[in-house]
Amino acid sequence: MAVVAIPKASEEATSAPTPTTQPNTITLRISRFNPSNDSLPTFAEFKIPVQKWTTVLEAILHVKQNLDHSIAVRYSCRQASCGSCGMKINGKPALACYTKISEIGSKVVTVEPMSNFPIIRDLAVDFKQLFSDHKKMKPFIMRDDSEITPGTKEFVQTPKDLEKFLQFSYCIKCGLCNSACPTMATDESFIGPQGLAQAYRYVADNRDQGKKDRLKIVDQSHGIWRCHFAGSCSHVCPKGVDPAMAIQLLRGYLMGFRK
Amino acid sequence: MRESIIMKIHYGTALAAVALVAVHILFRMTQKFSDSLSYQNVIANYHFLPYALMLEVVLILLSVHGFNGLRVILLELKQGVAYERAINYGSIAATVALVAYGSRTILMAGMGMS
Amino acid sequence: MAERLSNREGIRGMANPTRYGIERVAYWLQRLTGLGLLAYLIGHIYETSSIVNGKVAWEKMLELTQTPQGHIILTIVIGMCVYHTANGIRVMLGHGGIGVGKPGEPEYPYKAASLNYKQRLCIWVSIALAALAMMYGAAVLFGD
Repeated sequence: MAVVAIPKASEEATSAPTPTTQPNTITLRISRFNPSNDSLPTFAEFKIPVQKWTTVLEAILHVKQNLDHSIAVRYSCRQASCGSCGMKINGKPALACYTKISEIGSKVVTVEPMSNFPIIRDLAVDFKQLFSDHKKMKPFIMRDDSEITPGTKEFVQTPKDLEKFLQFSYCIKCGLCNSACPTMATDESFIGPQGLAQAYRYVADNRDQGKKDRLKIVDQSHGIWRCHFAGSCSHVCPKGVDPAMAIQLLRGYLMGFRK
Repeated sequence: MRESIIMKIHYGTALAAVALVAVHILFRMTQKFSDSLSYQNVIANYHFLPYALMLEVVLILLSVHGFNGLRVILLELKQGVAYERAINYGSIAATVALVAYGSRTILMAGMGMS
Repeated sequence: MAERLSNREGIRGMANPTRYGIERVAYWLQRLTGLGLLAYLIGHIYETSSIVNGKVAWEKMLELTQTPQGHIILTIVIGMCVYHTANGIRVMLGHGGIGVGKPGEPEYPYKAASLNYKQRLCIWVSIALAALAMMYGAAVLFGD
């Protein structure tokens, strides 16, 4: 019979794992801006301890819990699935939960709200335009018949068919691509890489019959032709969606290179 | 006009211009560069009808491509109905003006009016 | 205030080529060379128009442009022309969906297939061709 001994308090203290690495101290600079009170953003600086595994989001939450409760930051899943914590980290758009401070390789980490999105407060930005442009692309299967019509079967799709659009369906709408896009930097009416990539995701789906409609939507003066294949969107995408590829493949239909 | 048609014209003019500008440059390389620019030589070029016609085509291609490129850049810089209309019509006007001015040179030099 | 609220990066962000790899540099160079070439086209049409005013006017114009400074400008124009053409063909093919990779299951660390080595190679080749053309052009112009 196995005997489980409850360790005494003194034993417990000695048996606890000892940290193998001492925390480093970094300076976290957080952009502060409240549109209703401020005319310009300012930076608040905090010295905080970090471990090898500390993410930027954890660092911000450390500040929020211990040093300044008033910092506004949007986050949810902490595992690069929800797309809430996009921000500029040392000048480049990235997910805060997906970026380890040790990987940045700097003792000073500056976090700012994503560019090309209106600031709600501090690090939280407004996604209204992104969601509106996403909706304009009709992000659903368009066809006359339905799988739920009595007497019909489900739509058949081979793994090869699936591969044509699967990677584009991994978009988590974090907005990093729109933040990195050079056209979005000045063009307020541009649909943006997120919306255009989603248009291709449905056009490439063999169950969909809305290609003509979507091509008409993107073929306008602030549509697909304002993408110049700078590739910055794909450079920052945290899910491997590769919006630049989707946009060029979609444009292939308009150029007559694809049927 | 649909943006896709405008952009197809943009790409088409680019490809055609590449070929014709190459011929234009080769004409300067048939002899010493400074000699190729001598008055008699240039006038002789303008009097050679196929070359003069080619220059006219190059002028049209590059003007259309260049000012459409500028239109694209300007449309991306600022938005607004009045501004965009001004840019669209402005680029057409600039293209027409440049083609007219360049054609005047080709025509007058070609017809020996200089 | 409106600029701050919309939080657009503006021209400075659009024209900053340093943050997103060679593809962004290529985009920036394409714009810059395009604008430069348009300026040259206008200038070139203006300078050649002097031929309609006779031999004296033409030679006066040549005196003004066929100088070391004029040759330097022309050498830069040659480089801009070659880069804009070569990179333009790459971009044009890319716009048609050629050479941008094939969609597939993304795998960590999620390297974008559209930013592949063929694209990067073409950008470097465009830059190299422009440099070579500039060297040749300078040799012809200054060798006279």
